[in-house]
Amino acid sequence: MADIDIRAVRKNYGKTPALHGVDLFFASGEFVVILGPSGCGKSTLLRMIAGLEDITGGEIAIDGRVVNRLEPRERGCAMVFQNYALYPHMSVANNIGYALKVSGVPKAERERRIAETAKIVGLQDYLARRPAALSGGQRQRVAMARAIIREPKVFLFDEPLSNLDAKLRISMRAEIRKLHQRLSATSVFVTHDQVEAMTLADRLVVMNRGYVEQVGRPLEIYHRPASTFVASFIGAPAMNLVRTRVEVESASIRFGGATVAIDPAFAARQRGQDVTFGIRPEHCRLSATAEEGVQARVDFVEELGVGRVAYCEVEGEPFAITLDDHTVVTAGDMLSLLLPSEHLHFFDTDTGRRIEMDAPVPDAAPAAAHHSVQTMGVLS
Amino acid sequence: MEKRAVFKSWWLPVVFALPQLLLILFFFYWPVAAVVNWAFTLEPPFGGPAEFVGLANFQEAFSDPFYWNSVMVSLIFATVGPLFAISIGLVLAIAVDRQLPGSGFFRFLYILPYAIAGPAAGMAFRFILSPERGLAATLNAAWPDIWNPAKYGEHALALVIIIFIWKWSGYTFIFLLAGLQSVPRALGEAAAMDGAGPFRRAIDVQVPLLAPTLFFLLVTMMTEGFVGADTFGIVHAVTEGGPNHGTEVMVYRIVDEAFKGLNYSGASAQSIILIGLIMIFTFIQFRFVEKRVHYK
Amino acid sequence: MIQRTPIADAVTYAIMVLGFILLIGPFLVIIAGASQTMQQVNAIPFSFLPENQFLANATQAWQRADLGTAMTNSLIMAVLVTAGKVALSSLTAFAIVFFRSPLKHLFFWSVFITLMLPLEVRVVPTYAVAADLLQPVKFILSLFGGIQIGVDWNLLNSYTGLTLPLIATATGTFLYRQFFMTLPDELAEAARMDGSGPVRFFFDMLLPLSRTNMLALTTIMFVYGWNQYLWPLLMVTDPSYKTVMMSLRSLLPADNGTPDWNVTLAGSLLIMLPPLVVVGVLQRWFVRGLVATDK
Repeated sequence: MADIDIRAVRKNYGKTPALHGVDLFFASGEFVVILGPSGCGKSTLLRMIAGLEDITGGEIAIDGRVVNRLEPRERGCAMVFQNYALYPHMSVANNIGYALKVSGVPKAERERRIAETAKIVGLQDYLARRPAALSGGQRQRVAMARAIIREPKVFLFDEPLSNLDAKLRISMRAEIRKLHQRLSATSVFVTHDQVEAMTLADRLVVMNRGYVEQVGRPLEIYHRPASTFVASFIGAPAMNLVRTRVEVESASIRFGGATVAIDPAFAARQRGQDVTFGIRPEHCRLSATAEEGVQARVDFVEELGVGRVAYCEVEGEPFAITLDDHTVVTAGDMLSLLLPSEHLHFFDTDTGRRIEMDAPVPDAAPAAAHHSVQTMGVLS
Repeated sequence: MEKRAVFKSWWLPVVFALPQLLLILFFFYWPVAAVVNWAFTLEPPFGGPAEFVGLANFQEAFSDPFYWNSVMVSLIFATVGPLFAISIGLVLAIAVDRQLPGSGFFRFLYILPYAIAGPAAGMAFRFILSPERGLAATLNAAWPDIWNPAKYGEHALALVIIIFIWKWSGYTFIFLLAGLQSVPRALGEAAAMDGAGPFRRAIDVQVPLLAPTLFFLLVTMMTEGFVGADTFGIVHAVTEGGPNHGTEVMVYRIVDEAFKGLNYSGASAQSIILIGLIMIFTFIQFRFVEKRVHYK
Repeated sequence: MIQRTPIADAVTYAIMVLGFILLIGPFLVIIAGASQTMQQVNAIPFSFLPENQFLANATQAWQRADLGTAMTNSLIMAVLVTAGKVALSSLTAFAIVFFRSPLKHLFFWSVFITLMLPLEVRVVPTYAVAADLLQPVKFILSLFGGIQIGVDWNLLNSYTGLTLPLIATATGTFLYRQFFMTLPDELAEAARMDGSGPVRFFFDMLLPLSRTNMLALTTIMFVYGWNQYLWPLLMVTDPSYKTVMMSLRSLLPADNGTPDWNVTLAGSLLIMLPPLVVVGVLQRWFVRGLVATDK
């Protein structure tokens, strides 16, 4: 059990900066997921915690002790690698027990602990095999066992599930979560898969281009993305983002032949400037009447089994909506959409940062009941 | 791509590399420094320290007709030998690559000559191609002196080149076969669909795709022909440079001049020239290897 | 193979048989000659059929050229050279590949340049170093204040002298380097996370993993060591250190003596046998080593 304090950490590769000063605090026992596209610096950050990468600037402290100059073995971290990095010439048992062998644990105790650990991950029948004779999922378990056996203060996961097929990934996800509950060591898990991130994380760190975009609980981030990047990165299909102008007098924005009412105080602050507004496809609704609402033409439809996604076009902009099972549309259909104002997000067009409305926004719970459902209407 | 070097110590790599670095220093760089030193100096005939003589040793070498003779001999040796060795290796590789029943057996055998040291092969060939025996004796009976390497320089040169070809054909064969097997089967199949027969396919598809390997082998083999240990060994064991300097390749002349003629300065000057030649070959090879990487 | 025509197959076989005659024919001549009597071996036309005299010829060759001593020396030399090359090249490649050190480029290039410095072009001064190994040290010391040391460390006529100057190997170093480069970075990182330092990593991971590589290198280096010619010729004047390549000459019939080529051929065959066995039996490794080192 240890907390991890990351203070103004920077990383340069030669002259190219990879991390621009990251400040993060992971509490003891927390399961933190770092999410971002490839090249965002998430793996670099993880490897700096592990001690595999030099720290260009700033400090990392584990359990209150600055570890910048410590060797990986002195930091008390265990790591699960993306390609597992099993030792191909060693049996499963020796793979799991190698760390103990290095630290001089006597053979009898080593074997006992290997057996125990193998049982936790369900590998007891495979101890004599070589990694090459294992399936992908089994290799993954060996990699986990290798980390578990050391009883580390911190678990580091570097995209450990990305080499598994979809089905296995889901079951391993659940197992990792269970394991965390059982061992309750601080865990840092790096991934580019948002579903993985949402399902695993106590807390989520979204990174982009060497910056931390947002830190928060998964639903918090889903409901209040701090930037257009986060908004479009989390949620599938991605949030619709449209650049538009705020009409100050009518406190509204115009879009797709409709006028969407917005908070007047907010409108006044924007003084008729451009903003980017966003709405998630799952928050759009179909209007009952054809005349009211945003006019959208369906380009194509993706069937999901449970419902479907209609990719539409509104004023030349792509615009996606999710529909339930019962709503059948086909390409070429004209739809009339209602955009509930409590689900609208606004972002500064230049910086991409979120603009807070004065009205309180739902926190963790999806659709807050105390909000007046002022469905976005049609003014004139 | 550069590998992520993982360990950080500055002194450990030095410790690890040191044994070999010391050997290199003592047996490569120090001697070469001496060669450079000797190439530009001369010990006076009546003793005393060596004097700097500039390019005089080079001029002396260049003005010696036997030096140019050795250049000529090396040039013939290092072009004819490789060309034949590569051609034989290529034809055999194409044949074996067709994977007819039994070709594995031939593949196994073809590499065997490469195991034999040049001088040992030379012994055997002195017998096999001796003018008094076998096929050569029959020829000599019909046309006297048509083959007599002990007497004619050209014959002796042909003899040492034949030994070179014999030894190195299996080597080129291995590389060319590996090259052929890395050509995707689909290419040959596409050519077959286009109506090309086996011979056409060999000429139109396989050989062009082997161009990088062929070029690589040409450079390697020519380097081997000019300075290879076997080149010296074959010549020394079979003809000792003779008759009448007819097989005196450059390396042989250098060693001979140093140890028999005790002309260190002259030998060193010739060594420098040869090192320059190797550098050119190595440079060509590297430029080309680099290109091949892009090509793939 | 696609599209087999009888003609193409016939030509293919004809080529392969021709190759057999060219490349294996000489071996058959040697075997035939080595097993014949002196009259048979000198007969015209030459008979390609082996006879039953091989043991007698081989015994005679063994005595004439003192092959017992020579074979032992060559074996010792080949084994030492091979072991030295395999050990030193793996160490150097490890230093070059796995450390973040500015010196690695220096290491790489100083090893690389030796490729361009074959023994033949530096033979006299190399001999001089072998005659007094401390010569370079003496020179450096004399530069710093004229310190003189009177000790000579002479390597002539010794196994050290036969092997030490041949152990540095660019080929082997590059073979190992190339192999190390193919290992995933995570392997070393995982070992590091498991608490293993560089030395431990080398012995626990790299050495066991490079077994294939080591075998390939061993085969080509054994052949290289056994076939050494020029260096022993220079180094050895004491007959008790002579190697097989040096005894070839004493196997030759004297210029005006009896042309007992049957003995010569039997002796050559014995000398050729060890590398032939290595290449024949371990051909898979040998070919792998050959192809890998030159790419």
